[in-house]
Amino acid sequence: MTDTATPTPTPTPARSSRRRGVAALLHLRELPVAVALIALVLITYAANPLFLSPQGTKDLLLNATIMIILAVGQALVIITRNVDLSVGSILGLVAFGTGSLFANVPGIPIIAVFAIGLVFGAVLGAVNGLLVTVARVPALVITLGTLYIYRGLNNAWAGGTQYFADDRPEAFGALSVDTILGFPLITLLAVVVVIVVAIVMAGTRAGRDLYAIGSDPDAANLFGIPVGRRVFIAFAVNGVLAGLAGVLYASRFNSVGATTGTGLELDVVAAAVVGGVAIFGGSGSVAGAAIGAVLLTTITSALTALRVDKFWQQAIVGVLILAAIIIDRVASIRTARRLRISEARDV
Amino acid sequence: MSPEQTHPPGNSDATLLSLRGAAKTFGPVVALADGTVELRAGEIHALVGENGAGKSTLVKVLAGLYHPDAGVFEIEGEPVAFRTVADSKAAGISVIYQEPTLFPDLTVAENIFIGRQPKGRAGLISRARMRTEARVLFERLGVPIDPDRIAEGLSIADQQIIEIAKAISLDAKVLVMDEPTAALSGVEVERLFAVARSLRDRGAGILFISHRFDEIFELTDRITVMRDGRYIATHDTAAVTTADIVREMVGRDIAALFPKVDAEIGDTVLRVDGLSSAGVFRDISFEVRSGEIVALAGLVGAGRTEVARAVFGIDGYDTGKVELLGRRLRQRDPQAAINAGIGFVPEDRRKQGLVMDLSVARNATLTLRHALARFGLISGSRERRAAAEWTKRLQVKTGSQEYAVSTLSGGNQQKVVLAKWLATAPKLLIVDEPTRGIDVGTKAEVHRLISDLAGRGIAILMISSELPEVLGMADRVLVMHEGRITARLDRADATPEAVMHAATASMEPVE
Amino acid sequence: MSDTKRTEMVEPTATSAVSADTTETLRDEPRGRTGLGRILLGRDAIMIYLLIATIVIAMISIPRFASPVTVGFLLLDVIPVLLIAMPMTLIIITGEIDLSVASIAGLTSALIGVLWQAGLDIGVVLVLGVVIGVAAGAMNGFLVAVVGLPSLAVTIGTLALFRGLALVVIGDNAVANFPPELTAFFTSKLGATGIPTVMIGVLLIIVVFGVLLHFTPFGRGLYALGFSKEAARFVGIHVARSKFWLYVASGGVSALAGIYWTLRYSSARSDNASGLELAVIAAVLLGGVSIFGGKGSIPGVVAGVLLIGTINYALRLGRVSDVVLIIVTGTLLIASVVAPSIVDAVKRRSHDRRVRRELPEPVGSGSVSA
Repeated sequence: MTDTATPTPTPTPARSSRRRGVAALLHLRELPVAVALIALVLITYAANPLFLSPQGTKDLLLNATIMIILAVGQALVIITRNVDLSVGSILGLVAFGTGSLFANVPGIPIIAVFAIGLVFGAVLGAVNGLLVTVARVPALVITLGTLYIYRGLNNAWAGGTQYFADDRPEAFGALSVDTILGFPLITLLAVVVVIVVAIVMAGTRAGRDLYAIGSDPDAANLFGIPVGRRVFIAFAVNGVLAGLAGVLYASRFNSVGATTGTGLELDVVAAAVVGGVAIFGGSGSVAGAAIGAVLLTTITSALTALRVDKFWQQAIVGVLILAAIIIDRVASIRTARRLRISEARDV
Repeated sequence: MSPEQTHPPGNSDATLLSLRGAAKTFGPVVALADGTVELRAGEIHALVGENGAGKSTLVKVLAGLYHPDAGVFEIEGEPVAFRTVADSKAAGISVIYQEPTLFPDLTVAENIFIGRQPKGRAGLISRARMRTEARVLFERLGVPIDPDRIAEGLSIADQQIIEIAKAISLDAKVLVMDEPTAALSGVEVERLFAVARSLRDRGAGILFISHRFDEIFELTDRITVMRDGRYIATHDTAAVTTADIVREMVGRDIAALFPKVDAEIGDTVLRVDGLSSAGVFRDISFEVRSGEIVALAGLVGAGRTEVARAVFGIDGYDTGKVELLGRRLRQRDPQAAINAGIGFVPEDRRKQGLVMDLSVARNATLTLRHALARFGLISGSRERRAAAEWTKRLQVKTGSQEYAVSTLSGGNQQKVVLAKWLATAPKLLIVDEPTRGIDVGTKAEVHRLISDLAGRGIAILMISSELPEVLGMADRVLVMHEGRITARLDRADATPEAVMHAATASMEPVE
Repeated sequence: MSDTKRTEMVEPTATSAVSADTTETLRDEPRGRTGLGRILLGRDAIMIYLLIATIVIAMISIPRFASPVTVGFLLLDVIPVLLIAMPMTLIIITGEIDLSVASIAGLTSALIGVLWQAGLDIGVVLVLGVVIGVAAGAMNGFLVAVVGLPSLAVTIGTLALFRGLALVVIGDNAVANFPPELTAFFTSKLGATGIPTVMIGVLLIIVVFGVLLHFTPFGRGLYALGFSKEAARFVGIHVARSKFWLYVASGGVSALAGIYWTLRYSSARSDNASGLELAVIAAVLLGGVSIFGGKGSIPGVVAGVLLIGTINYALRLGRVSDVVLIIVTGTLLIASVVAPSIVDAVKRRSHDRRVRRELPEPVGSGSVSA
C-alpha cells in the first residue's frame, strides 16, 4: 500500500518543550476570560482611576467573593456533565438559617454557625446527588425540582420574617469588612477554597475521574470508575460550598429572608461557562470558573465607574455567555477539521 | 472441510489463551456457535472470517463484555470466567478496537494511567512521573507521541498506539487487535506491525483480526478460520495460500441458497458519474438498470457506504453527479431523493434504519407521512391501515403494531425497514448489508424479497460484505478498495477469488 | 439535549468497547399497549384523571371554589404558562430546550411599553412586539439549529441577553397607561361562564399546536427526530429546519404571552414574567413530556398546566400559603421524572430474570468456572 499522506508525527517533547509551553498557554481554556477581565479592569481604570482605589478594589473583591465560591462548586458539577440549578435556594436556606441561629441562640460561637451551615449545605447537595445518581434522570430536571422545593422550604420557614444586621453579632458582620494587609478576609477564604479545590481536581485520582466522567460517561463506566459515587460527592461538595456562600452572605448583606438568593443559579452557571467550563463536561477548571465569577461581578461596578447605564449589565453578561460557547465551538470545529484532514486517505 | 486443516494442538506449555466451543445467542440470533482459538506466547495469530462469522462476538467474549453461554476458557492453563471488562484486563487481556475509546478531554498520559495515576509528593498525582513513565512506554514502542497532548484530535493510528501503550503498562500478555488497519495509511500500518513484532518477540501473544490477506501473510505466524459462528481450521501461515483460506471462509455451495430469479433488465435508473469526495472516494461511476441487482463489494472501510450515502443525500460530495431516470439529483437532500424514487435501507438498523422507541406502525409509515396527509393532516386510522397492509405483506412477526419496534427480532426489524421503503414505491432501492445480524431463515426471506423486487422492475444497489450473498444475488459486482472501484464483474465472472483479490487490491485498479 | 463531540471518520460499524451490542430480543415482550388500553391508561390519561380528581377535591373541600369567579381568575393566571408551554412541548420533544422564553416575554413587554409611551398607534405597537419575539426566536434557532450550539447553554445566554435588553429599553420605569378598552378586554369574561374572552385565542393556539404535533407530517417527524436524529435524516426529515422554526414559534408565542401579561396587568416592566420559564418547564415535564425527547403530548401538557394552576388557586383560596404550592410543584416535578425511571428499572430486572430463565445455563461446573 503506497501512500503519500504521511501523518505528521507529533514533535518529540525534548526538542520543543519551550515552544510547547508557550503554545499551551495560548490554548488555555481560561485565557479568553482572563484576558477579558484584565481588559475590562484596565479600560475602566483608564477611564476612571477611582475604580482601582483601595476602597474600590476592596469592593470589587468583596462583591466577587460569594460568586467565586458558588462558581467553584458549580464547576465541579458541570465538569461531570451535570448542572445544579438549586444553588440559589440552598444559599437562601443556609443564609436564613444563619440569621435565625444568631437571633435565636444568643452566644452561639461563630465557628459553630459555620459548621452547621456547611453541613446543612452538604445535606441539601447530597439530596440532589442521590436523586441524580439513583434515578438516572438528568440533573437539569432534578435540580429544577429541588430549586422549587428548597425555595418553598425557605418560604415556609421564614414567612415574612427577616433578619437584619442588628440580629447578628458584630464580630460576624465584621468578617466581611475586615482585611488582612488590605485584602478582605472573606475573599482570602474564597481564594483558599479555589486553591484547595483546584489541587484536588488536578492532583487526585478522584478529581481526574470527574473529568473522565464528563468526557465520556460510558467509557468511564467501562473502565471501572465509580461514576455514581463520584457524581454524588460532586453534588455534595457543591452543596457544602453553597452553604459556605450562604453563611458569608448572611455576614456581608444586611438582610436575609424568604427570597434570599433567588435567581442566583443562572448567574453562577453563566460564570462557569464564561470561565471556560464546557457545558458538556470534561474540560475547564475551577480557576477559570472563579475568574468568570470575578468578571461577571466586576462588570456591574465597571459599568457604574464608566457611567454606563447599569442596565446594560445583564445584556453584556448574555453576550459574554454566547461568546464563550461560540469560541468553544469554533475551537472544536477546527480540531475536527484537522482530524479529518489527517485521517483522510490519499484516495 | 479442507483436507489440509490443522487441528489446534492440545495444551502445550506455551499456550497463553485457550477458548474452546464458546457459544453465545441473543434470543433467536446465534452469534457464536463454536468459538475456538488457541493463542501461544510469542506468536501473532490471525483470526479470519467473513462478516457474521462470529469474530466480533468471540472478541467480546475474550474482553469480558459477553459471558458465553457455553465453552471452556483458559488463560495459561487456568480456567477463567470474566464478569466484567476489568476482570479480563486483570487477567492480562487487552483489546485494541478499530475505534479506540480515549477520553478526548484528558491528556495522552492521563488516558494511559486513568484510575491508577502515579503519585508523587504529598500523595498527589505527579504529572512529571506520569509523563516520564508514558515516555518510557512510547520509547519501548518506538513511537514518539507527546504525553502531555490532549487526546482529542489524535489520529486513529496514534490512538491505537496509545491503547497499546496502556496495554503494556497493564502487563498485558494477550493483545487482541480487531481490524486495526482499516483506517490506517501504509506508513502507519508499518509502524503498527513493527510494534506488534516487538511485542511478540517479548513473549506476548497477539490475536490479529483482519480481512487483509497481504497483511496477514506479512505479519502472522498462524491463521484460524471461522465461518457461520464456528471454528473451521487453524493453519501455519507459511503452509497456506490466500486461495486456501478464502475457500475455507466461503466454503459452501452458493447457488442452492438464493433463489435468484432472472429478471428482465430494462433502462438505466441510476447513473453515477465521476463522483468524488476528498479523502473518502474518488471517481465513482456506474449505472444500475431497472430489474438489475448491482452489488458493491469490498472490505470494511472501502468507502461503499459512503458512496451510497452520497447518492442518497445524507452526505455531500465534491464533484460528479447523480442522475435518477435521467434527471439530475440535488445533493445533500434526502427528501428530494425520496421524492425522486430512491429508498435507502441503511447499514445500522438500530441507529439509522429505525427509530427504536417508536411503534412498528409508526416506523412503517414514517416514509409515508407526506403521502398519507389529506389537506396537510394525517389520520391515525389511515396510518394504521397502511402499516398493517405493509407489515402483512412482508410477514413481519410482531405481537401488535403498537409495540415498540425494539421488541422485534433483527430479522423482523429489517422487514419493517424494507416495508417502509417499499411503501413509497421506489424506482431504486439501496440496501446496505441487508442481512447483517439476521437469522438464517429470515435471511432467505429477505433475499427472496429482493429478488422479487428486481423481478418487478425495481433497480437494486446492494452493498454487502458477505461473499455468498454478493455472488448469489448480483447481476453485476462492483468491487471497491480504498475509495475506488477496482473491478467490474459480470455474474459469470464473479468468483470468490476474483472479488477477494479486487477487494484487497491484489490487482491493479480498473476503470 | 444530545450532542456529539467527535466526528467519526471510521465506518459506522467500527468496533469499540463501548458500543457493546447486547441486543437481547425476546418475543412477546410488549413495550406499548394497544388500542383503547393505550388511550385510557397512558400518561396523558393519568394526568387528566389527576386533574379531575384535584378539581373534585377542591370543589368539595373549599367553599367558593366551584364558581365562575374562580374559573375566571384561575384561567387568567394560567394563560401565560399555557401559551408558552405549547411551543416548549414541541421543542423538548425534539430533545432541545428554550430557557429564554420568559426573557422574550419581558423584552416584548418592555418594548411595547416604551413604544406606546412614545405615542405610536397601539396596533403598530402590538405588531412590533410580536416581531421582536419572532426575531429573538430566530436568533435562538440560528444558534442552535444552524450553528449547532447546545441549546441549554445558548438559551441561558439569550435569557440573560433578552432580559438585559428589556432593562436597557425600559430601565426602571413602568408604563401603565394602556388604552383602558384594551385592558378591560383582556380581563373580560364570556357571559356568565366566567371564562375569559381571551381564552378563545388561547384555545386556538392550543389547537394549532396540538394539530401540528399530532396530526401533521411535521409532527410525526418531530417525534422521530427526538428519538433519533440520524434515523430522522434517513427518512428525509430536515432536522435543522424543523428546529429553527420551532424556536421562531417559541419566540413568537412568548411575545404573545408578554403582550398578554402587559395588558392584563396594565403594566409594562422590565421584570415582567421573570422566572416564568421554570414554571413552564415544570408544567411540561409534569404533563408527561420526556426530557430526553421523543415522548409527550399536548393534552398531557394542558392537563399538567391546569393541574398546577388548580392546585395553586385552590391552596390560595383555602388560605394555605403559597409556600406549600412551590414545594408541591417541585415534588410533583421530581416524582414525575423519577417514577418512570423506577418503573424502567423494575421492568429491566424482570426482563433480566426472563432472560436467565429462557437461555441455556451459562455456567456449569467443569466448563467455565465462575
